[in-house]
Amino acid sequence: MNKRSSWALPYFIFMVLFVVLPLLMVVIYSFQDSAGNFSMANFSKFITDKDSLSTFALSIEVAIENTLLCVIIGYPVAYILADKKLNKSAVTVVLFILPMWVNALMRTLATAELFNMAGITLGKGTLLFGMCYDYLPFMIYPIYNVLNKMDKSYAEAAEDLGAKPKEVFMKITLPLSMPGVLSGVMMVFMPTVSTFAISEFLTNNKIKLFGTIIQENINNSMWNYGAALSLLMLAIIAITTFLQGKSSEDTVDGGAI
Amino acid sequence: MMTGKKLFAKVYLWVILAILYAPIVFIAVFSFTEAKSLGNWTGFSVNLYKSLFSGNMQNSGGLISAVQNTLVIALIAASVATVMGTVAAIGIFNMRGKKKQTMQFLNNIPMINPDIITGVSLFLLFVFLHISQGYATVILAHITFCTPYVVLNVLPKLSQMNPNIYEAALDLGATPYQALRKVMIPSLRPGMISGFILSFTMSLDDFAVTFFTRGTIGLDTLSTYIYADARKGGLTPELKPLMTIIFLIILAVLLFINIRSAKNNNNKKK
Repeated sequence: MNKRSSWALPYFIFMVLFVVLPLLMVVIYSFQDSAGNFSMANFSKFITDKDSLSTFALSIEVAIENTLLCVIIGYPVAYILADKKLNKSAVTVVLFILPMWVNALMRTLATAELFNMAGITLGKGTLLFGMCYDYLPFMIYPIYNVLNKMDKSYAEAAEDLGAKPKEVFMKITLPLSMPGVLSGVMMVFMPTVSTFAISEFLTNNKIKLFGTIIQENINNSMWNYGAALSLLMLAIIAITTFLQGKSSEDTVDGGAI
Repeated sequence: MMTGKKLFAKVYLWVILAILYAPIVFIAVFSFTEAKSLGNWTGFSVNLYKSLFSGNMQNSGGLISAVQNTLVIALIAASVATVMGTVAAIGIFNMRGKKKQTMQFLNNIPMINPDIITGVSLFLLFVFLHISQGYATVILAHITFCTPYVVLNVLPKLSQMNPNIYEAALDLGATPYQALRKVMIPSLRPGMISGFILSFTMSLDDFAVTFFTRGTIGLDTLSTYIYADARKGGLTPELKPLMTIIFLIILAVLLFINIRSAKNNNNKKK
């Protein structure tokens, strides 16, 4: 064993202390009542609380809708940007990422204000629009990267063999770009399902998402219930990560044929 | 047929870009009027810029110190993350089997975790250990979510590096420190720089993690300042010129980098 492998030791200790231990705290707190005794009360509270349950369902619904919206709008953008015939300039790609460097809260406030000026009532529609606006670059960039690095000879071969442009896209380009779509889906779904400030601004506090309830509980010293809700969110994240890992294996196999 | 497709592609790109930039342009336009609320035009004026730079704001200094805190925290967090992440990457690169897998798995956790979970979990740890929260805990939290990106940026540079040149330096009488500084670091530098820049921008933009780990001492970064401001109902009007200036600086830097690298590529082709 090479001696230099021990260089990772400080980072290992750091991660145990500040990544693993905190997550353990979430688990411990969520199975305790406020007096510190073992209890399932937080979870039974969640299951019997209609408001929490409907917020939970709504958050997942909004996250799925927003992710789909980002794929539908973002894929064509990535496709056009990666196509040398349609886009010659690298600056255009930068223009799509640039807004991310402006404070997200400030941009969201301005978006909400634009809706107000246009006389559009803040609600679920504006929430979806604003979230899609905030996370679209996270979808465009990974898809663009995959499309840009893709070996063009596959598509050319299909064309030479008589495939129509639509067939080339459906049978070659789209399947080969799936890894990019999947990482885009992860990068959009995860933050959407856990967002809190953005949803408050975009709906004028009318619609609460799961992140908002976690924040409210933690800030009002209901740490145990807040921890239990965080644990539920962690479960969603774990499941999506697992599914993504599985399906990206499948597409790699499928794409290689 | 071809031109139709091209036209459609162009129009589509520009429509999406227009939507993406609408709120930013909106902020920039309304930074040139004095009105307090965001969408209110009361005639052209540069007074907001004047009061931003003179520091004569109603909210005396709150915004300025929030900007300072944001920059200081991002600078410290990104620097520490770059050093720790680079050293860790060298270690991980030299590991094999289960150990390596464990380290890579641990390194992935902060990247997959949503901000709010990172924030809440660290908050609970600090509460549990009775650590009072403030500047130090925020910086610590930022280091936690920045370092994995440095590791991820440095690892590929290590596999591109010829492993023999480090050994050669040692054989030729360099001390391990000299070999590290003169041989290893230069070949890792591009990865370290992109890791640092990524860490810096993520720290600048962070809201949720800071929100949960800053404690109750009134520490504000730009994000938490804006959040508190918006919840109170009225944004500090000087935020508009501040955001406009930040945007213009970033735009200039990015365009400069891109035009320069495009020129370099052209020169290479010739």
